[in-house]
Amino acid sequence: MTPDLSVSIGPIKFGRPAMLASGILGISLEVFNRIYRSGAGAVVSKSLSKEPWDGYPNPTIVGIEGGYLNAVGLSNPGAPYFANMIKPNKDVPIIVSLVGSIEDEFEFMVKQFEGCNVAAYELNLSCPHVEKVGLEVGDDPKLVTKIVSRVKSVAKAPVIGKVGLGTTNYLDTVKAAIDGGADAITAINTLRAMGIDIETQRPILSHKIGGLSGLAIKPVAVRCVYEITSKFDIPVIGCGGVSTWEDALEFIFAGASAVQVGSAIGDGWIDIFGNINDGIENYMKKKGYIKISEMVGLAKRF
Amino acid sequence: MQSVSNTPSIRTIEKVIDETPTVRTIIISDSNLENVLPGQFAMVWIPGVNELPMSIMITEEKGKAAFTVRKRGVSSTALYDLKVGQQIGVRGPYGNSFDIRDGKIALIGGGTGLVPLMRLAKFAKPTNDITILMGSKSKDEVFFESLANRILVDKKHQIIVTTEDGSYGERGFVTDVLENLVKGTKFDAIYTCGPEKMMHKIVQLANSKGIFVQASLERMMKCAIGICGSCCMDEVLVCHDGTIFDGKFLANSQEFGHNHRAKSGILENY
Repeated sequence: MTPDLSVSIGPIKFGRPAMLASGILGISLEVFNRIYRSGAGAVVSKSLSKEPWDGYPNPTIVGIEGGYLNAVGLSNPGAPYFANMIKPNKDVPIIVSLVGSIEDEFEFMVKQFEGCNVAAYELNLSCPHVEKVGLEVGDDPKLVTKIVSRVKSVAKAPVIGKVGLGTTNYLDTVKAAIDGGADAITAINTLRAMGIDIETQRPILSHKIGGLSGLAIKPVAVRCVYEITSKFDIPVIGCGGVSTWEDALEFIFAGASAVQVGSAIGDGWIDIFGNINDGIENYMKKKGYIKISEMVGLAKRF
Repeated sequence: MQSVSNTPSIRTIEKVIDETPTVRTIIISDSNLENVLPGQFAMVWIPGVNELPMSIMITEEKGKAAFTVRKRGVSSTALYDLKVGQQIGVRGPYGNSFDIRDGKIALIGGGTGLVPLMRLAKFAKPTNDITILMGSKSKDEVFFESLANRILVDKKHQIIVTTEDGSYGERGFVTDVLENLVKGTKFDAIYTCGPEKMMHKIVQLANSKGIFVQASLERMMKCAIGICGSCCMDEVLVCHDGTIFDGKFLANSQEFGHNHRAKSGILENY
């Protein structure tokens, strides 16, 4: 029997286990289509704000050993522009990522997407390099609950909270999102980080501090997925350094219902989605699994 | 196999050449960037200012690479103003390269769009018959003419310079000259880099005559490695899938010649 690669993340269902992570390649519907055709289960948009944002000057993304440093600064065309752009979308499961400081902004943004085919909203509670949003919101559990519950009250699609590691215990942020009614959690965002060029003695990123992504953060992300799913009864999407089908399975065994892929696209392009699908399918055949859900959290047996 | 570095390496500027009153070439030692393929680019970090995608210019010295820049905005002017002894960071090389066909080829460049075409000329086959069309505003903005003659000294070639004010070479635009040329000459391939409106005309002309054509495009670029999405055009990423595209693909593009994205990702008109 051919293994079934579809996944359920609470009320959210996708045909394949790996989706495009937020912040990566996420501003044009044509590109979304291409990524979906290449084997992704869904695509997450760049985080959208109420108004368009230009982001920071370059250097905004550089490679380092084991991953990437970035402080793009959440550049995005704004929720109204983006909503208008995805209006024609019928086939591609798009998760709309939203970023803001207060619940009113989130409500305004969600309302832009009435009439759009949105698979879910992912609230960015964890971007580590823009003031007053992202991680600064995630570090305030009361605000997290307010934002999530407001979005839940206006959104027709399920709501995911994306968490990262800030100054508050991230498990408190997860709890706050669950209290607000979140349907799922994405863990984790990039880790606050920096790199300095020793010849010029300067921080490399123009914003000096940014986020670390890629293989270097994978063990941290796996641990977070394991902890969240051990402590709470909420589906989790694993994110952080997924580069191969083996990495994807590691997250699934830690408790992830699905995974997101970001930085690895910089190394191996979007072929990674097909590779993950094929690798997981072969593994399931070999081990005799029919559904991905049978494998979720298997590492917890030990 | 080409070695690609995604981390900036610091290089000291060893020489600055004044090409015109607004264009300079800065030369660094870099054996990795020296021999890149024609059309490839690097991200050039001007510390404290910006990081820009720059086509990698050839030099006439071993072990060196160069960048040719016109002062225009804040960042390009900062690069232009750098002096010998100052430092820049480079990462790359990135992007695909021109597919150099046999036979009669035309290289059409506007302004600093000539940079990748100079490298293409250097990589040209012994059998190529090469026509270079160089467009500029006026006589004092003409550059690379003697360099092109030196690169192509062993190959059959002609160089046609056009100036908009007619102060040197032929008066008018390279597109007009090309239109006349293709009436009498059967080109096997056309390669172009320069202002997008110019390239759009050239691609349309070549497509209408059934001539193989490639254009090197420019878009807002941040990562250069195909993850940030800033440079997307239709369904392609200019940094990853390009920067060089065939006329066949460009003929079906909704955005080529019409739109590019601003820093926020909003589509703007050319």
